[in-house]
Amino acid sequence: MDTPVEVEASTSDDPVRASRTLAIRRLPGYGVRLAIVALVIWVLFLANDTPAGPAVDDPGKFLVTVLDGLTFAGLLFVVASGFTLIFGLMRTVNMAHGSLFLLSGFIGIRFQQFMVGKSRNIAPEEVSILSWLVPLLVGALIAAGVGVILQQVFLRWNQGQELRQALITLAISVILADQMLREFGGLALSMVWPGPVTHFVEIFGQRYATSRLFMLAVAVIVGVALWLWLTRTRMGMVIRAGVDDEPMVRALGINITLVFAATFFVGAFLAGMGGVMGASFAGAATGSDGAWLLNSLVVVIIGGLGSIKGAVAGSVLYGMVIAMSPAYLPS
Amino acid sequence: MNARRLLTARNGAVVLVALVLALLPVFGTEYFVNNVMTRVLILGIGAATIVFLASYAGMISLAQLLFAGIAGFMFGNAALESGARGLNLGWPPWVAVAFALAVTTVWAFLLGALGSRTTGIYFLMLTLVYGVIGYYFFAQVVTVSGPGGVTSIVAPSPLDDRVALYYAALIVSVLAYLAFRALGRSNFGLALQGVRDDPVRMASLGFNVPFHRTLAFSLAGFVAGLSGVLNVWFNGQIDPASIAIGPTLILLIIAVIGGISYFEGAWLGAFVYVGIGSYLRELPLVDRVGITPERFNTLIGLIVLLIMVLSPEGLVGILQRAGRRGSPAQRSIEPPTTSSTASSVGAGSVPRQP
Repeated sequence: MDTPVEVEASTSDDPVRASRTLAIRRLPGYGVRLAIVALVIWVLFLANDTPAGPAVDDPGKFLVTVLDGLTFAGLLFVVASGFTLIFGLMRTVNMAHGSLFLLSGFIGIRFQQFMVGKSRNIAPEEVSILSWLVPLLVGALIAAGVGVILQQVFLRWNQGQELRQALITLAISVILADQMLREFGGLALSMVWPGPVTHFVEIFGQRYATSRLFMLAVAVIVGVALWLWLTRTRMGMVIRAGVDDEPMVRALGINITLVFAATFFVGAFLAGMGGVMGASFAGAATGSDGAWLLNSLVVVIIGGLGSIKGAVAGSVLYGMVIAMSPAYLPS
Repeated sequence: MNARRLLTARNGAVVLVALVLALLPVFGTEYFVNNVMTRVLILGIGAATIVFLASYAGMISLAQLLFAGIAGFMFGNAALESGARGLNLGWPPWVAVAFALAVTTVWAFLLGALGSRTTGIYFLMLTLVYGVIGYYFFAQVVTVSGPGGVTSIVAPSPLDDRVALYYAALIVSVLAYLAFRALGRSNFGLALQGVRDDPVRMASLGFNVPFHRTLAFSLAGFVAGLSGVLNVWFNGQIDPASIAIGPTLILLIIAVIGGISYFEGAWLGAFVYVGIGSYLRELPLVDRVGITPERFNTLIGLIVLLIMVLSPEGLVGILQRAGRRGSPAQRSIEPPTTSSTASSVGAGSVPRQP
């Protein structure tokens, strides 16, 4: 905001100072590039005291770690894209995003138990693809429904009051967390991946779980579907327009209330999908809601609020850091 | 002239409450004074820093509990000689207090400087991230704390008596309250409120807007540090879980319940929170409605939801409006923005004197 003024003023009376100011302003960019190059060299060649060892010595471990990062990034993307969609259009920080994540996880688990007919010790062979997909849809739909109700009852009439909405959704997340604790208990429950994807593949001599690759595949499908929806449908176009200039969308006579409701539905649906995937990946327990709200916040802060491409970039970066740190930092 | 201006109903009520609190150990039960009210006072000091930043500077901060925690951890590390964890520097207790407060204030200054150009919801998220990073730091860096935290902390000599600690908390609360209110009329306080209302205009008038915000954040961090030291004397220990995201949000909730624009709200909110937590099972008809003591969080969530929906100014706001018999002026908790349309959609803001 003050940058153009500063440069103009200094170029008009001191071109030497102007070029120096520009050079200083480029420093963070140089620094970041240097850091990335240093990190790559460290991981590839110099990481001798670390649990994984340099990548040239053990390419299998390196590839496995990269895949770990990418698959976790897939899960992060699904959850964070919902969060950023809601924030980008409605400027609402949905503090209940993590609660919707956890709610759908628990409901997915219950529904899977109902479909399989057992409530404990479910073996992967007993779970068909359908017994995973249907709970996924049920959980996501319920999360979406709760999200839309939340938006219509509590957030529609105070549109624009960001802090008030943040505090309202915070209160709702506290209530939801406590009710889930009452209903599902404090122990961690987990959902079971379907049998057909529960085996291992060989990568450079390391075994890798196909369930993680399955999770990445689901995330990629979700990402592509989301991109198609946002870029190729009319509703998506209106949403993108609303992210850029909401007053203009209103002025053009588009029913923005409907668009808000649809966006919140999709955002909460994504949180729900992420919840079921997360319940299969790491289990669902009290406290996951706070942790995943923070994860979404981190991804969205890194990637930029309101941008799907940013959510991709942020989740890949965050997922890589989480996967690489235990392997390539000296312990 | 000055004395007459001070003779308002609000100030009268505050003086009355302070007198009651000062005489409380005489007629209150030991449990109520030592366990409930001391906790209320300590939490209130922390919540008052949130109110200070929100009402004077327009910055809603979730990092205050972090500063209380930093002060507590630093005191534990400095004062203990042979504790199970920590640096065990073994310094004299009041030197340790000075050290803890100094470290806290320096960190508040640095973190405040980092966040001095962000406002509103972005500042809220930034301070939340501060709090989370701080939690992970204390949970994982074993030299300073580790997951178990620092234990066996003893308050220095006159304050290891519970009643003396209560009076110490009361005195710090009163001083903090008076200082914050007096600050509102000082040069710095007025400039800060100007920065809150219109940073662009203040900048064009020559005020250093980020520096004012940084100073305000440092002051809030210092007072939160006081609360943290008192807290660690009260509990005798501190662990990273007490500054995790849950308690961080609870501190904000306490400030919101009481009324985020009024300093009295900090202690009132703490009183409601601790009171419900301690006495829920004794309320009549509670079991009939299905509220068991374990569902405390649901009840607090419902109260906050009700307050945020009906009256964002919290309980003190409700009391004030009842006193004025339904005044139409509705204060907004949103920071005034000159460029967005939000200011036209939300409730208008009245120039306020918290």
